[in-house]
Amino acid sequence: MGQNVIEISHLMKKFAAQTVLNDINLQIANAKIIGLIGPSGAGKSTIIKIILGMELPDSGSTKLLGKQMPNRSLLNKIGYMAQSDALYEQLTGLENLKFFAGMKKLHHATSLIDHIAEVVDLSDALDKRVINYSGGMKRRLSLAIALLGDNQILILDEPTVGVDPALRKKIWSELQRLRDQGMTILVTTHVMSEAELTDEVALLMDGKIIEFDQPEKLKEKYQVKTVEEVFLKAEETL
Amino acid sequence: MRIWMIAKRILIELLRDKRTLMLIFIAPLLILFLMKLVFSVNSQTDVTVGTVDVNSSLVEKLDSKHMKVVNYATEKHALKELNQNLDAVIVSENDDLDVTYSNTDASKTKFIKQRLQMALISTRLSQLTSSVKRIYSVPEKKFKITNHYQYGNEDTNFFDKIVPILMGFFVFFFVFLISGMSLLNERTSGTLNRLLATPVRRSEIVFGYMLSYGLVAIVQTLIIVFFTIWALKVEVIGNLFYVILINFVLALVAMAFGLLMSTFAKSEFQMMQFIPLIIVPQIFFSGMIPLETMASGVRVISYFLPMKYAGDALTKVVMSGANFADIYQALLMLLVFLVVLTMLNIFGLKKYRKV
Repeated sequence: MGQNVIEISHLMKKFAAQTVLNDINLQIANAKIIGLIGPSGAGKSTIIKIILGMELPDSGSTKLLGKQMPNRSLLNKIGYMAQSDALYEQLTGLENLKFFAGMKKLHHATSLIDHIAEVVDLSDALDKRVINYSGGMKRRLSLAIALLGDNQILILDEPTVGVDPALRKKIWSELQRLRDQGMTILVTTHVMSEAELTDEVALLMDGKIIEFDQPEKLKEKYQVKTVEEVFLKAEETL
Repeated sequence: MRIWMIAKRILIELLRDKRTLMLIFIAPLLILFLMKLVFSVNSQTDVTVGTVDVNSSLVEKLDSKHMKVVNYATEKHALKELNQNLDAVIVSENDDLDVTYSNTDASKTKFIKQRLQMALISTRLSQLTSSVKRIYSVPEKKFKITNHYQYGNEDTNFFDKIVPILMGFFVFFFVFLISGMSLLNERTSGTLNRLLATPVRRSEIVFGYMLSYGLVAIVQTLIIVFFTIWALKVEVIGNLFYVILINFVLALVAMAFGLLMSTFAKSEFQMMQFIPLIIVPQIFFSGMIPLETMASGVRVISYFLPMKYAGDALTKVVMSGANFADIYQALLMLLVFLVVLTMLNIFGLKKYRKV
């Protein structure tokens, strides 16, 4: 396997007359947590959709693990959590997990499911129907589904919205543990304090990546104390 | 097996949704029962006719169980009563008859016309017989008529005619609506995207839907068939297995149709908007209204509607005991619909994932 797990080069995407992505280049190395931040409408979701093969770019290419996307069988190596919870509300938490495990052809997933439920602190609620879950519980179940399987890449779209601080901390330490085991994680987020926890931050504005570096280096460059201030300063200078 | 897992998931969701369950399995029975009540009311209409100067032998012939004849002195007087108490006024002028119909109910007008014709013929005939009898002496011979019914009995009415078609129609309607809503929900809740973010094949999703709604349709058909046979006392001459087979294939077509239409709807309300567009024409051309009486140009439309083929085949099996050779063409046409719609669905999911 090559150096970069995700290789995005010269990505262009237009919807009608509006250019959503304008020459995006992003090389993401193995075992890193990458934060993708930007104002809403900057094109974060479009990048994710193209990475997953749900959208095609107008030009440019996306390679995952050295293979050109879209590629259906490669999706087995990717865990995905969308912005919306996207759960089957009439099913229990366990039935949801089992269903998506089945979609990834994990047939003996009981111990895996137990472990994941532990991580997101849902072990006691697995037999309840999702319709009776609180917003935070749904978010956690949604994350649990993304963690299922033999993933090398995790793509998380706003994973910690509506999650309380204690659990948020727990989720992040789990993400860091997964990274240390060799997982590459792409996270979009609005929470700037979370961006501090990533290994590298990509700052997306107006369909362009205007910065891509370690949080510390960005803060140094803009001579500020937080990633939030980097974000604000970058937005001003644009 | 991903197809089975998807089907199982849809079935579990359905089983836990009590309202939808009632809609699929109980609502058709309720509607059938109501239709039986409505259409089993004696379809014979009673009419009242006013006569002016009509000769008494004709009046005698006209006056019968379903036709009351009232004599009036003047035409003006009689016409006044038209619409309120009379359905027609017959005025005789030098042996010619002048009839004015209220015509607010076309079936009454038709009935009066028939009776009048019959009465006239009958008067002529009795005149003829009596003059023939005067010349030759012919022995009186009474004819006795015995009626036999290949299907049903003398009480068979419009309801019995449309029952086979209704069986198919309910399956079509509810499966169309519920499968369409089901995929629509997957789309709007985001589970479809999540599903497509796994290595599942697009065809596996469509076949999963087909399997689950196929099973639902079999159960629904069984309930409807047994209800019509035992509770509504409708006679099924042909093989019940063919009834179930036709409904099963029809349900798959309805499901594929529902899935396809749901991709054009943004909300459940928009899905409902397809009812007048997709469902109502199916009723018109299903055979409930006789297709033979339609203008040939209009009839062409029916060839593009799956309900027509299902209605034909079901009627043949239920009412004249058709066997497989008689219905295979209709089944084949339904399969053509199914294959085309299924391919369109699998292709249509490309909108959400490019592979």
